[in-house]
Amino acid sequence: MTTTEEPALQFPLVRECPFSPPAEYRQIREEAPVTKVRTPEGKQMWVVTRHEDVRQVLNDRRFSANRFHPDFPVLVEGGNALRNRPESERSMIAMDAPEHGPARRAVLGEFTVRRMEQLRPRIQQIVDELIDNLLAGPRPADLVEALSLPVPSLVICELLGVPYADHEFFQEHTSRLIKRTTSAEGRREAFETVRAYMGDLLAKKEAEPTDDLLGRQIVKLREEGTYRRDALVSLGFLLLVAGHETTANMISLGTLALIENPEQAAAVKADPGRTLDAVEEMLRYFTIVDAATARLCVEDVEIGGVTIRAGEGVLAVGLAANRDPEAFPDPDEFDIERGGRHHVAFGFGPHQCLGQNLARMELQIVFDTLLRRIPDLKLAVPVDELPFKDDASIYGLYRLPVTW
Amino acid sequence: MKIIADTGKCVGAGQCVLTESELFDQSEEDGTVIVLNDTPEGELVEKARQAVHICPSQALSLAE
Ligand code: HEM
Ligand code: SF4
Repeated sequence: MTTTEEPALQFPLVRECPFSPPAEYRQIREEAPVTKVRTPEGKQMWVVTRHEDVRQVLNDRRFSANRFHPDFPVLVEGGNALRNRPESERSMIAMDAPEHGPARRAVLGEFTVRRMEQLRPRIQQIVDELIDNLLAGPRPADLVEALSLPVPSLVICELLGVPYADHEFFQEHTSRLIKRTTSAEGRREAFETVRAYMGDLLAKKEAEPTDDLLGRQIVKLREEGTYRRDALVSLGFLLLVAGHETTANMISLGTLALIENPEQAAAVKADPGRTLDAVEEMLRYFTIVDAATARLCVEDVEIGGVTIRAGEGVLAVGLAANRDPEAFPDPDEFDIERGGRHHVAFGFGPHQCLGQNLARMELQIVFDTLLRRIPDLKLAVPVDELPFKDDASIYGLYRLPVTW
Repeated sequence: MKIIADTGKCVGAGQCVLTESELFDQSEEDGTVIVLNDTPEGELVEKARQAVHICPSQALSLAE
């Protein structure tokens, strides 16, 4: 393969429909599973599409997660908001070994399966109250506004110790950050604004540490003598942004999948023991974070028979991997019985989603409660009229009009 | 069969705990894996294999 030629394909690609990956994914995976494409910045980048290769890339130290590096591949013009930021602002998502492990372990204890299980009653209460309000309000209603966004926002706010009263502010800025059509300047501005907000919040918590994740981090890091506000702003920012937009989109898309697959919805309703299997299948099927699992190669590596050189960018395409028939028979079928927990919707390797068990818990409670309390939930508009987030780096729905 | 866990590699994703909470737990301190029973028998053998397959950081292995 000659690599000097300009590759024909331009990323990112848009999904054919909410249920189908871009058609090119299949073609690439079958014909040249590791291939070069163009990015919106006019640079070149490798894309890796087979399940096995994606897992290899994401679990190999020769691929760096240094998102501050000018050559780190990004799918928006003008670079991501992290490019060339000062070193003191680096958070785990942009770190490599040996720095990454300790940074992640500093908060991992807050996200264990057991800790998430302790949150269950409170999450159930939040979901019940929101559904009470939904049922008391007019029909049709927008599920995104009524449920998808408030559930994860309320939960992450309580966990971190961020006032929920400010949710419109940070939801709006997050949505600007992840929209590909936002200018580089607009992204930088949204980024600075949320950082400043988080800085003010931490200044208050420094004076009077609260019993929440951010407050506990301040106390712990001060005891260790390593507290730096800049670094905790980055962590708080990361958790706040990663913690609500992703789960919100999965609530919307998962609900759509249940409405469109009534037999499987009935099976879940009959046996709540299956809800987690349904959640895993939704995660695989939609793979909403498809473009964030990029890496920068720092040492030549052979992947799928192709040599990737130090300095080259790579995107591990999660949605292509999650529809790889080698890993998932009949990959385009939505099937809650398939046992597909080896999907890469949360990534793979050291950066595999820190909040995955929080997301699972929220999704499980939302779907169980929705199926039980609004069994005749249906769409208020045809599927092809729904506003899907084709222009965002996290896939999902802007609105989901439902009735019952 | 014996389950071997490398806590140095573990990234605390908790996928093993989700697979079988009789075999695995996570440290409250730093979220890394704790093997509750490293010599599984019967049905738990298959669960241990699944956990090894699903672990994102190759922190788990089996000695037959
Ligand atoms: C369904 C919902 C979610 C999806 C699909 C998702 C997806 C992902 C993916 C694919 C990655 C890997 C990125 C990479 O390898 O570069 C990731 C990392 C991360 N996620 Fe999530 N996420 C979700 C929910 C959450 C929640 C609720 C939180 C926080 C409370 C969270 C916090 C994080 C953090 C902190 C990282 C970086 C971990 C590291 O670098 O070690 N995520 N997520
Ligand atoms: S699945 Fe692997 S990385 Fe995750 S907690 Fe268990 S041993 Fe650690």
